[in-house]
Amino acid sequence: MDDAVHTRHEAAHAEGQQQHPIRIYLYIWALLFVFSAFSYMVDYFQLQGALRWTLIIIFMLLKASFIVAIFMHVAWERMALKLAILTPPLTLLVLIALMAIEGDYTFLTRLAAFVK
Amino acid sequence: MTEQVLLSEPTAASQQGLRSVVDDWAQDKQAFAVPWGKAMMWIFLLSDTFVFTCFLTSYMNVRISTTETWPNASEVFALTVAGAHIPLLLIAIMTMILITSSGTMAMAVNFGYRKDRKRTAALMFATAALGLSFVGMQAFEWTKLIVEEGVRPWGNPMGAAQFGSSFFMITGFHGLHVSAGVIYLTVVAMRVLRGFYDRKGTYETVEIAGLYWHFVDLVWVFIFAFFYLW
Repeated sequence: MDDAVHTRHEAAHAEGQQQHPIRIYLYIWALLFVFSAFSYMVDYFQLQGALRWTLIIIFMLLKASFIVAIFMHVAWERMALKLAILTPPLTLLVLIALMAIEGDYTFLTRLAAFVK
Repeated sequence: MTEQVLLSEPTAASQQGLRSVVDDWAQDKQAFAVPWGKAMMWIFLLSDTFVFTCFLTSYMNVRISTTETWPNASEVFALTVAGAHIPLLLIAIMTMILITSSGTMAMAVNFGYRKDRKRTAALMFATAALGLSFVGMQAFEWTKLIVEEGVRPWGNPMGAAQFGSSFFMITGFHGLHVSAGVIYLTVVAMRVLRGFYDRKGTYETVEIAGLYWHFVDLVWVFIFAFFYLW
């Protein structure tokens, strides 16, 4: 029975279709609720500093990965598509790094020149 | 014969990993084994990723570089319900609504592939309705911020002037995406209901609409983390 399900699964994929047990979606759905509740708790209990930022980033990345991998079906796509989707956004990390450095520089310049 | 089949239609089992990438790109045929509409939606979502990242990055930049204190989002977006002061309540509800809508959309896609016309349409209408309520709450939030708190794109009473412009730009653009998504989903759901995709023989359009909707939810995950919680 399990084998039959598996074979059907494979066949559906060969046709480029995405058919998965509803159980997976319900499970991920529940997980997203839990992670959202956790990130809200971070604010509710007013955690501050490095702990706050770490927790926010962790829950954010967990939620984002589950949405992309399961809800958007990327986990079941062929690698050619995965690479085309997932690698270009990595260049954005360069932009973010540059702008963080730039922002820091602007901040220091303002402190030195404008703030009495 | 088997080889010919393999060459024209590589299956998931035929190759795995990087080897499959080389195969897909080197076979002098369509590189991505997905319907063209899905590939195009992904290209669009990729460009949208860059747009939203530019907004969030500029927000990061102005927040780092300002010498004034940044308004405390936890306080700015707090609501008083029945005398109790609850921080960030509306935003938490909006987050839950968007996640719920993402769940109903995922189920709609699933039922679409089972060619279950009525359930697919019902779940898509539910998704659109949840999206509409999200936009409604956002309108409420904007009104409260503009009328009661006096937040403007050029300044606000709580602190750094850049708060307003970042807020209106980022949530405004996201709200626009949700609104467009509600219209998009409604149109596709009507077609589902009329049996358009049964006649066409495939429900892939539902999955493509689903990609868009999940992306809108995905963007909210980042906005929630960086704008509201940070």
